[in-house]
Amino acid sequence: MTEVNRLDGGQINRAKEVSFTFDGHRYKGYEGDTLASALLANGERLMGRSFKYHRPRGVLTAGSEEPNALVELRKGGRQEPNTRATVIELFDGLEAAPQNAWPSLRFDAMAVNDRFSNFLTAGFYYKTFMWPKAFWEKIYEPIIRKAAGLGSISFEEDPDLYDKGFLHCDLLIIGSGPSGLAAALTAGRSGARVILADEDFRMGGRLNSETLALGDQSGADWAAAAIAELADMPNVRLMSRTTIVGAFDHGTYGAVERVQDHVAVPQEGKPRQIFWRIYSRRALLCAGAMERPIAFADNDRPGVMLASAVRSYLNRWAAAPAQEIAIFTNNDDGHRTAADLIAKGVSVPAVIDVRADAPSVAGTELLAGAEVIGTSGRLGLSSVTVRLANGQTRKVNCGALAVSGGWNPNVHLTCHQRGRPQWDADLAAFVPGTDLPVGMSVAGAAMGQLSTAQALSSGACGAATALEAIGITASAIDLPEAEDAPISLKPFWHVSGGKSRAWVDLQNDVTVKDVKLAHQENFVSVEHLKRYTTLGMATDQGKTSNMLGLAVMAELTGKSIPETGTTIFRPPYTPVAMGTLAGRATGKHFHPTRKTPSHRWAEEQGAVFTEVGDWLRAQWFPKAGETHWRQSVDREVLQTRNSVGVCDVTTLGKIDVQGKDAAAFLNKMYANAFAKLPVGKVRYGLMLREDGIAYDDGTAARFAEDHFVVTTTTANAVLVYRNMEFARQCLFPDMDVQLISTTEAWAQFAVAGPNARKLLQKVVDPEFDLSNEGFPFMACGEVTVAGGCRARLFRISFSGELAYEIAVPTRYGDALVRRLMEAGEEFGVVPYGTEALGVMRIEKGHAAGNELNGTTSALNLGMGRMVSKKKDCIGNTLSEREGMNEEDALKLVGFRPVKSDETISAGAHLMNASGAVNAKVDQGYVTSAAYSPVLESSIGIGFLKNGDARKGEIIRAVNPLAGQEIQVEVVSAHFVDPEGERLRA
Amino acid sequence: MMIDHPLLGLRDAQEFTYLGDASLIDRPDWRSDTAQEEFHDYLYLRDNPAGEHRELWYHEAGDRSWLVVTRNMLTHEITQVELARDVARARGRSK
Repeated sequence: MTEVNRLDGGQINRAKEVSFTFDGHRYKGYEGDTLASALLANGERLMGRSFKYHRPRGVLTAGSEEPNALVELRKGGRQEPNTRATVIELFDGLEAAPQNAWPSLRFDAMAVNDRFSNFLTAGFYYKTFMWPKAFWEKIYEPIIRKAAGLGSISFEEDPDLYDKGFLHCDLLIIGSGPSGLAAALTAGRSGARVILADEDFRMGGRLNSETLALGDQSGADWAAAAIAELADMPNVRLMSRTTIVGAFDHGTYGAVERVQDHVAVPQEGKPRQIFWRIYSRRALLCAGAMERPIAFADNDRPGVMLASAVRSYLNRWAAAPAQEIAIFTNNDDGHRTAADLIAKGVSVPAVIDVRADAPSVAGTELLAGAEVIGTSGRLGLSSVTVRLANGQTRKVNCGALAVSGGWNPNVHLTCHQRGRPQWDADLAAFVPGTDLPVGMSVAGAAMGQLSTAQALSSGACGAATALEAIGITASAIDLPEAEDAPISLKPFWHVSGGKSRAWVDLQNDVTVKDVKLAHQENFVSVEHLKRYTTLGMATDQGKTSNMLGLAVMAELTGKSIPETGTTIFRPPYTPVAMGTLAGRATGKHFHPTRKTPSHRWAEEQGAVFTEVGDWLRAQWFPKAGETHWRQSVDREVLQTRNSVGVCDVTTLGKIDVQGKDAAAFLNKMYANAFAKLPVGKVRYGLMLREDGIAYDDGTAARFAEDHFVVTTTTANAVLVYRNMEFARQCLFPDMDVQLISTTEAWAQFAVAGPNARKLLQKVVDPEFDLSNEGFPFMACGEVTVAGGCRARLFRISFSGELAYEIAVPTRYGDALVRRLMEAGEEFGVVPYGTEALGVMRIEKGHAAGNELNGTTSALNLGMGRMVSKKKDCIGNTLSEREGMNEEDALKLVGFRPVKSDETISAGAHLMNASGAVNAKVDQGYVTSAAYSPVLESSIGIGFLKNGDARKGEIIRAVNPLAGQEIQVEVVSAHFVDPEGERLRA
Repeated sequence: MMIDHPLLGLRDAQEFTYLGDASLIDRPDWRSDTAQEEFHDYLYLRDNPAGEHRELWYHEAGDRSWLVVTRNMLTHEITQVELARDVARARGRSK
């Protein structure tokens, strides 16, 4: 292919030629091209097929508002659907494929839809696929989705990195056109911290696309000089390829920087895109304006483009969309296009201006008071049919038509906090309203200041005013002389009376007729119109179509446009890839991994790990020859109960509580009392929610009158600490008590089993008396281990065995576990994981997360009497509510299968021995179940109505989902050592 | 959102955990004759104003202060930020 439409000049680097493919064909272009400009230069106007009717479509715009030219970019894991050819920077080796076209772009079989367009109007799906109802999900929807729908994805993993970043500035300037550059120069020279962001890869905005002079320079040269000056300022950060996608609260803006989108493969270590959070003290929106089209019959043919886009391709990219280009306009701005085209040697057969009094244009014929009523050309425009002022029609041959319907200020970001734009009758457009996001002001074309001179002065002035408000003085800068033409426009939205469909929303294939149908069926509010016709949906969010749809609806209802309303603009301004929002928080990096102090040692032992919140805990430690996890777990349980086992319990939350009122504070936090707990003793503590439901449990060890160490469950460590701080600061502000979380400061190990003491005596320094008398059950104290390493020792037991927990500063945790294992060799010490821990606590009938499940009270747990009535505590009052103290309340009991080879499942519901099985006669449920190697039977614990009075009763545990129903005997939840002799030994 | 912490200055709301209505400071007296009703109202009844709202925020990823933030629910404008401890004391809470 050759660049048949490439002109001289432009801002492309002709020294750097690049090669790319589109729809399987190879083309060449230059560095600085977009995919769209390079295709146009190569004479290609056809770039896609439309969403619903598969009509041939070309490029409409030269920016991010593009509705038509959507392509699938790249291949494999990097394949990206719905990228706009107008903003894809050309790189060597670029591969793009058209969407919605099969088998090829030129011959698309689905274009048959267009023949049935009478049946496929707005609301078609809702009306046609109503019945049979069951067909929708299985038959209709998949077919529709396949036929419609935008691009596709490869389902391969994206190999690229995405990142997040944070920036701070005094003034964020959004857009680098004339107003943005004047603002940046003003603010930059004042010394303020400035960020200038623009979605384009080349800053300068319309200055790069217009031939208007600034002083004695071209607009592009003036912009280049301004950018060079700004680049040298250390207080200014220039961010090209960066879209401000949302205006959030308190001056925070979201921005997507496309760091490596303009290369085939990102450089090693560089992210493809960065999602920036920009904290600004003030922001100045200099986002410019977008030209809007006029609807007329068959206005979707490739070659029908916005006039401003034609000038961009012509002046910036030296690409003529065609050899002959006509113009259709309702304003003077459109006439510039003719002058620019003629200057570049492109033939302009006619300027068609709807205004009867339109000014004449040098070098071409003016058809004043005329309208375009039709177009022809199969895969691209070949001529337009014009209805002249005198009513006659004339055919004008042209390969492209530059359309200008006026300009819409780019108000999007001003509406992100639900601000409403205001109607400006002179512009026939919406301009920013008064309720802007806090700290934002608007300048230039975005404010309706459409001339270059106005843009420059309002940008400079806007920056100075914004900075003044935050105490920064900026001096006025010299601005060059610039074009200052008044607005001359006749509001004109669509040509009536054409034979074919006139397209309002090219992306969603919505026509003037569809809007009329919506009106006819009473979907007249803007929001209903949008949902009924899909006008303004999908990737472009109606940037070029919303106004047109609104104007047509206004005409139908006989209301004015501002009375008809506007749709609400929401973030993001342009589509943002999910990967960009996720940043690095993907896969394993989605949340942090917390490893216990014995993790490395456990890995060496071949432990199997399980995730407990963010923690990785050893689940069991398989030995050679063990082929099933139960073998390992049973061995760990039996060896612990027979001799001694060691388990890392560091993950339990630890909170250090100090102060004169520490005991009084714990009395408030726990249902049971702590004031009388002697120093050197530990007590179990049950914590309630304020509504009286059991919340968490743990132990509180008193190391001094004014010093406790409390533990929480692993899952609630953060929450309990948060609640305690709430109580301390908000409920009891004068208590002398301080809290600090020490969960990660101490490595803690349970040492359990009949030989636990003997083992510890080998590790704890000999001056500490560990005898049963010297250090009895529920004792605690500060000791030293291994010749002077400070440690804390607690004689507490979760397993029901003679057991201790020993804590050392975290950095010694690895050394301590190795020392314990070495010292325990003579007893056959085993490490045990969370599974064995769970089996032993079920055997002992200790409640855990399954029992403290957010629906159970102290009464249910068999701890009703623990709730002290003599003192206030969180949850005390409401735990006395009638409904929580019913006679036949659920009580925690144990279950054994009547047939010893049957298995109890956790979650099974309990039913009486005979009778119906349903929710009405439900007797309770099993919360935890395990195989007990000690009892050589499956066991369970759970809640049974009036359970403590039903021991010995045979009931049924049913699991209707699995078709399971077994007989179980109600027993005490304490299967092992119910008298507690072992743990006191 | 940005919260102007009384001790630390402007901080991103992401550093905070939100709890809710600052009326949670006004925990009733357990010895009251109508304690059950008062606790019920305290726990379950909340105003949902379309305007200024005083609410509790916890600087969990910061200095662990509980703050009372006065925020407009319609605009998110924050007009006052106080240490919850000071508010609690001013409302008569002690030990």
